[in-house]
Amino acid sequence: MAEAFLIGEAMTGGYGKSGPDILQDCTVAVEPGEIAVIVGPNGAGKSTAMKAVFGMLNLRRGAVRLDGEDITALSPQERVRKGMGFVPQNQNIFTSMTVEENLEMGAFIREDDISETMEQVYELFPILREKRRQAAGELSGGQRQQVAVGRALMTRPKVLMLDEPTAGVSPIVMDELFDRIIEIARTGLPVLMVEQNARQALAIADKGYVLVQGRNAHTGTGKDLLADPEVRRSFLGG
Amino acid sequence: MMDLLHAFVALSNFVLVPAIAYGSQLALGALGVTLIYGILRFSNFAHGDTMAFGTMVTVLATWGLQAMGVSLGPLPTALLALPVGILGCMALVLVTDRAVYRFYRAQKAKPVILVIVSIGVMFIMNGLVRFIIGPGDQRFADGERFIVSAPGFKEMTGLDEGLAIRTTQGITVITAVIVVAVLFWFLNRTRSGKSMRAYSDNEDLALLSGINPDRVVMITWLIVAVLATVAGVLYGLDKSFKPFTYFQLLLPVFASAIVGGLGNPLGAIAGGFIIAFSEVTITYAWKKVLGHALPESLAPDGLVQLLSTDYKFAVSFVILLIVLLFRPTGLFRGKAV
Amino acid sequence: MSETMRNTALFALVAGLIVVTGIFQSWNTAFLILNMGLISAIMSLGVNLQWGFAGLFNVGVMGFVALGGLATVLVAMPPVGEAWAAGGARVLAGLATGAALLVATILARRAMRPGRARALATLVILVGGFFVYRAVLDPGVEAVEAVNPAGTGYLGGLGLPVLLAWPVGGALAAGAAWIIGKAALGLRSDYLAIATLGIAEIILAVLKNEDWLSRGVKNVNGIPRPLPYEVDLQNDPGFVDTVQGLGLDPVTASSLYIKLGYAGLFAVVLVVILLAAQLALNSPWGRMMRAIRDNETAAGAMGKDVTRRHLQVFVLGSAVCGVAGAMMTTLDGQLVPTSYQPLRFTFLIWVMVIVGGSGNNFGAVLGGFLIWFLWVQVEPMGYWLMQMITAPLAEDSALKAHLLDSAAHMRLFTMGLVLLLVLRFSPRGLIPER
Repeated sequence: MAEAFLIGEAMTGGYGKSGPDILQDCTVAVEPGEIAVIVGPNGAGKSTAMKAVFGMLNLRRGAVRLDGEDITALSPQERVRKGMGFVPQNQNIFTSMTVEENLEMGAFIREDDISETMEQVYELFPILREKRRQAAGELSGGQRQQVAVGRALMTRPKVLMLDEPTAGVSPIVMDELFDRIIEIARTGLPVLMVEQNARQALAIADKGYVLVQGRNAHTGTGKDLLADPEVRRSFLGG
Repeated sequence: MMDLLHAFVALSNFVLVPAIAYGSQLALGALGVTLIYGILRFSNFAHGDTMAFGTMVTVLATWGLQAMGVSLGPLPTALLALPVGILGCMALVLVTDRAVYRFYRAQKAKPVILVIVSIGVMFIMNGLVRFIIGPGDQRFADGERFIVSAPGFKEMTGLDEGLAIRTTQGITVITAVIVVAVLFWFLNRTRSGKSMRAYSDNEDLALLSGINPDRVVMITWLIVAVLATVAGVLYGLDKSFKPFTYFQLLLPVFASAIVGGLGNPLGAIAGGFIIAFSEVTITYAWKKVLGHALPESLAPDGLVQLLSTDYKFAVSFVILLIVLLFRPTGLFRGKAV
Repeated sequence: MSETMRNTALFALVAGLIVVTGIFQSWNTAFLILNMGLISAIMSLGVNLQWGFAGLFNVGVMGFVALGGLATVLVAMPPVGEAWAAGGARVLAGLATGAALLVATILARRAMRPGRARALATLVILVGGFFVYRAVLDPGVEAVEAVNPAGTGYLGGLGLPVLLAWPVGGALAAGAAWIIGKAALGLRSDYLAIATLGIAEIILAVLKNEDWLSRGVKNVNGIPRPLPYEVDLQNDPGFVDTVQGLGLDPVTASSLYIKLGYAGLFAVVLVVILLAAQLALNSPWGRMMRAIRDNETAAGAMGKDVTRRHLQVFVLGSAVCGVAGAMMTTLDGQLVPTSYQPLRFTFLIWVMVIVGGSGNNFGAVLGGFLIWFLWVQVEPMGYWLMQMITAPLAEDSALKAHLLDSAAHMRLFTMGLVLLLVLRFSPRGLIPER
């Protein structure tokens, strides 16, 4: 099998130079057109795994490769330039700036015309077009997440990474966000995301990673994992 | 009716015109403080002395021009020297940032440490200014003294009360309007300006978006140098240049920035005018205005001065305290770090 | 080298510097430095209590020091009977009105519910009350200030021994600190800084303007001393015989004797405050204070009343500064409001604390002596340096004259440089916190 488009392979490491290893030999990967979801109990290192892929912690062992290129040594900023779009869990928008300015700032590294990409984002999230002159901080929780995802899309990334995009939004909003994420993946853009709402997330996932204490506990398609009695018993609660 | 008109003219002469000019100067000073707070995230105690340094360079350049016989006719020569002062001030703040602040930024030092560092910078700049130009009072305004003089106004209107508008007051307001307009255009319309606002709003996300922090910091210092020098020169033209006075401006300038909401440029301007108007109205002797405005029988005997002018700092302070107690983020919702 | 050795060596170094000054300049200068060094060390201890123990950023030291100075006038100067007769009662009534107003405002605010009505009531009481207050106070003030304005023109003090002014100065400063602390503690650190900067300016404005209180900018001279005057000593045959027996000139000897006396008095106060501060630092109270400083949120979560603790230490630290201020005015024998400059009385004290080592009482004391020594000696050193630099220039060169004239301002520059260097290369100070 050819190697995945984005892969964090056998990652071992933690925060700081001497911090304990939170990740132990953990592997996550995503292919074009796919949604890969990282789930697991609290403290399993889900967000840490995603941050490791994005270069926000020191890896002691293992490697991160994007489209075959080893990017393990790059800083997060350099990874953005390489084509990684990242939506952090908290404080992922510029609250005092308008929606449109948020999107502009998302495209800060681009020198070319961004109006087309912005149009695509507005088509994906029509509500943002309506509110484009409004300060992003005044929007509802779900709308703010749309701004955050839209901001990350503005660089025209080769892969989109979402850290708990549905944290703190209502179930209805969550469903809508997932719909949008599926739509994004359909365009061929690989989506790697961390989710707290494991059941719903695995339902839309092409690939699922269940992490326990920083290790890969179960890996498979979303459907398989949902059907796996071991996963259901130990983690999904029956 | 005539009396009310007289009262209004007196009010304009002694309260409105001086307060508008002083408010513009404070607003420019407060803008500098608020930008540093928003981008570099500390209260810069050296700001008064930065203003003094820029003004000093301008004063020296003005003297040079005057010695060469260059003049702007009715306008003060200092306007011609202003760019030199701005450049001098830019050099100073960039060198300071490189030699002092950058180290602490890299360490991600706590804001209060940076405040203490800025106290050290304040000492150095203060010493530097006194060393170069001395601690005394320097006047450097020349050209026409008045746009409208009190006798001229009386002659023109036939009123008994005079209204004087000094050239420096007119220049202050016009310059402040231009500078503020350019600043807001820059912040809201240009890519660099927007990246500054983004950096101030959410540093981590700004870094993720590929905004270069060193560039943002440098642009900020350059703008601060412009604002500080312009504010300082306008204040010096309007009153006079004395290093210690500039150090003392720190209090009303900070009060303006905090009252408006630290980190919020619009707030800094509003704060500047609030502080200026309060200071002037509360320390002004209202006898004359009230004498015109009220019927004979009610005309006051005393000066009707709420507080002596020496208490002007108390005025800034009390307003500051009221705002802090009831609305700690300031009137315009600044950052609460 | 052990820590104790190192610290002893540092103190010995400063002592050595002062002795060298005595030998090469004059013993008079050396004692002047010593006495102000003692006072500076006490101020530095006060600021260290607030910053080192609790992380409170007080840049209003000057105000508390000035209040201590005011205390010496109020305690030690003889009362001016005529002024009291002319308007004393009225002034007191005015002040009582002012106090009553504030109480009324607070009571009204407690009684009423928050809302527009309450805000309006507050405004009416305060604004209306202000005119009433001025109406009561102003005639009294005018009457008092009319009494022999060139000589007195104020109410005078209580005519009590001046040493009593030291604790009173502490109490005055503590009272002011309590009020400002009630209002501004609990706000962010730089807000507290600006608030304290403001209160110091206001205290100064009061001292400069309220002539009935302490003669304003006309100064109060001839504050009684706890020690005899030099002239009296020189006229005392016993003293003259003794010092001549030691082979000393009576004039010099009397001056040194008095300065030594002050040094003794100040040293006693310093030792008492230092002991108290050491005990406080190592008591459960001190440990809790440092715990709060290091992690306010955690301490608050553990049920510690952070704001209350901060208020305590803020009041205590300011009181120490007040005591030092009273001692300084006693040493000077006069209250000169215009001499209080924030750079000298607020920010210089901060340099002392940071350079000495914040959080360490001995560090603060060392910083007090060392920085004061530098403050005094940088000026002649700067002059000397400038003479060396400008030596090649022509005698009548304007640049040379300017540089020599400006040498005095090098001390501000030097203080800033010392502060920045210490912050950069030894951020915990010469004697770091343990």
